Amino acid sequence: MKRSRNILNWAGFAIVLIAVVSYVPFFALSPATRDIPWANYLLFLIGGALLAVGVRRAFRDSAHYHGKISGSILTVLSALLFAFFVVSVTYLSKQIPAAGTALRVGQKAPAFVLLDTAGNQVSSADLLKNHHGLVLIFYRGYW
Amino acid sequence: MGISVDSPADSRKLCESRRYTFPFLSDDNADTIRRYGVLHPKGGEGGKDIARPAEFLVDATGTIRWVNLTDDIRVRARPESVLMAIDRLL
Repeated sequence: MKRSRNILNWAGFAIVLIAVVSYVPFFALSPATRDIPWANYLLFLIGGALLAVGVRRAFRDSAHYHGKISGSILTVLSALLFAFFVVSVTYLSKQIPAAGTALRVGQKAPAFVLLDTAGNQVSSADLLKNHHGLVLIFYRGYW
Repeated sequence: MGISVDSPADSRKLCESRRYTFPFLSDDNADTIRRYGVLHPKGGEGGKDIARPAEFLVDATGTIRWVNLTDDIRVRARPESVLMAIDRLL
């Protein structure tokens, strides 16, 4: 009897891959899916469930389904990808200096003159003359 | 406005790709970043000094009126909390 391909293993792994790579270009763009990456965890859960069913039927019903070896490899890879994701969002993204050195509410904001994206000099003193205030957003850069 | 150590050209690319309409300034030697106390020493590529994520609201007299300092580079101030801080100031 011909055994059929175990599509669940590959589908599960594909969803796990999407769970990893979708965070930065997609889910991290909206605060609702960024701060707690629940959408990515949900994708991991769905991918993992498909893999679990696929590997289970490969071992339980190997007369009908392929995928004992490939399913096992994909399960290990998926577990590693999940671990990488969890470490990234719970540990690596918190490796920044403590906030203690930052200026506080009530202190004078240091004046600055910096170049804008067109290469023009922008002075904070000039801006404050013409506006009610300034919002300064410090970025890490390299994007 | 945004401030980072990136060059004006790199910042322009960022603003275009993210469709930012606010000014974005280049603090390439991190002097301003250092004076606001938000330096992340050797945090960038090749051990370059960069800024930690931070948001400050400065009033017309040049006094800092609101600060947001995350402990996670993923989690920044939400636009609505910045707008609330501005509303309280006005």
